[in-house]
Amino acid sequence: MLLAEVEYARPSTVEGAVRLLSSHAGARPLAGGQTLTNVMKARAAAPDVLVDLNDLEELRQISRTADGGLELGAMVTLSELIRSPDADARPILAEVAAQIADVQVRNRGTIGGNICSNDPTNHLPPVVAALGATMTIRGPDGERTVTAEEFFVGVYMTAVAPGELMTKLTVPAADGARDGFASIPIGRDGTCICNAAATVEDGQARIALGCVAAVPVVLSSTAEEDAVREAVRGADLDPPSDVHASDDYRRHLAEVVALRAVQQAAG
Amino acid sequence: MEPVRGQRITVEVNGERHERDVEARRLLVHFLRDDLDLTGTHVGCDTGNCGACTVILNGVAIKSCMLLAVQADGTSVETVEGLSPDGELHPLQEAFSSFHALQCGYCTPGMLMSAKHLLDHNPEPTEGEIRRAIQGNICRCTGYVNIVEAIASAAKGGRR
Repeated sequence: MLLAEVEYARPSTVEGAVRLLSSHAGARPLAGGQTLTNVMKARAAAPDVLVDLNDLEELRQISRTADGGLELGAMVTLSELIRSPDADARPILAEVAAQIADVQVRNRGTIGGNICSNDPTNHLPPVVAALGATMTIRGPDGERTVTAEEFFVGVYMTAVAPGELMTKLTVPAADGARDGFASIPIGRDGTCICNAAATVEDGQARIALGCVAAVPVVLSSTAEEDAVREAVRGADLDPPSDVHASDDYRRHLAEVVALRAVQQAAG
Repeated sequence: MEPVRGQRITVEVNGERHERDVEARRLLVHFLRDDLDLTGTHVGCDTGNCGACTVILNGVAIKSCMLLAVQADGTSVETVEGLSPDGELHPLQEAFSSFHALQCGYCTPGMLMSAKHLLDHNPEPTEGEIRRAIQGNICRCTGYVNIVEAIASAAKGGRR
């Protein structure tokens, strides 16, 4: 398809990218393009300038932090995450990345893109919320680090303001915690109808539900089945109804996937 | 650096270097088909789902309807035409033919490139690995059974 006219720049430094994003009102970062290109085809977005992040080596790094956690550059592709030996600091990340779309999409699609598009059906937002990860955002006035609760603002909306760029995802060391993820997708590795991630430590679970509100819904509970079910039933959910599931059915599925995620984590 | 509406790009396609002026909005698949006349790469769904437009860019399988041509500047691209440069069929193409792994043929170029990407990285895949490797390629004719068998056979040097 012929896209609407657009300008293009491929800066080689993060500073250069931020400068471009903050000096052009209609500029948007282009990461893997696995969402944005299609949104542009549908004329659902019409950026004036695409700032291609693919030459930003700084954003492609995967490293372990001093305390055994993980730092993932926003431009690390899902395939690179899956293959990375460092990613076994929190194996759930690679396990979930391998469930996203297909080989070709994982080869281009990035961690930052999956998180920043904040489609409520995306896989990674609930995972980063459950793991207590933080996102680093760089703008013309410097750098800040925010939690998942602060980061996810609404459907397709995050704390990354116009002119800013998410540069890095920092995941704390497991430190005895174990993680799980469960979803009901449309076909294997398809779009999620409902999903949940969980981290369990000393019998305490931190659960993040996806697809049932504008942003991941974070709950705390003990890891027992009854407690998990009760926590989900008592949560403030606003699930959509569509051809795949009614809102009531999604509420039911939220309970099911939350429990499965906790049970995987509790192993 | 200032943003541009278009630029001159250099792309190596199937070993041959091509230089063209392209608009920033041009998708790689249209650069291949319309600028270079390499019409083996197909446009199917144009939404990133069907995989008919799959090519290998710098050794990595991608869907060329989701990449701008300007993003391919300086890269090396393999398309289905590159599988048989001298007219002699590639072992995967031989296997697709002998196993009847296509009917209408529309998905075949993308299917072949995904299969090549798999065998380039995993020369002895299991059936499960083959199925996962072609998950991003939709075929509405065959039911996939013969495609999976063809790829398995090509991996074994054409044997059943």
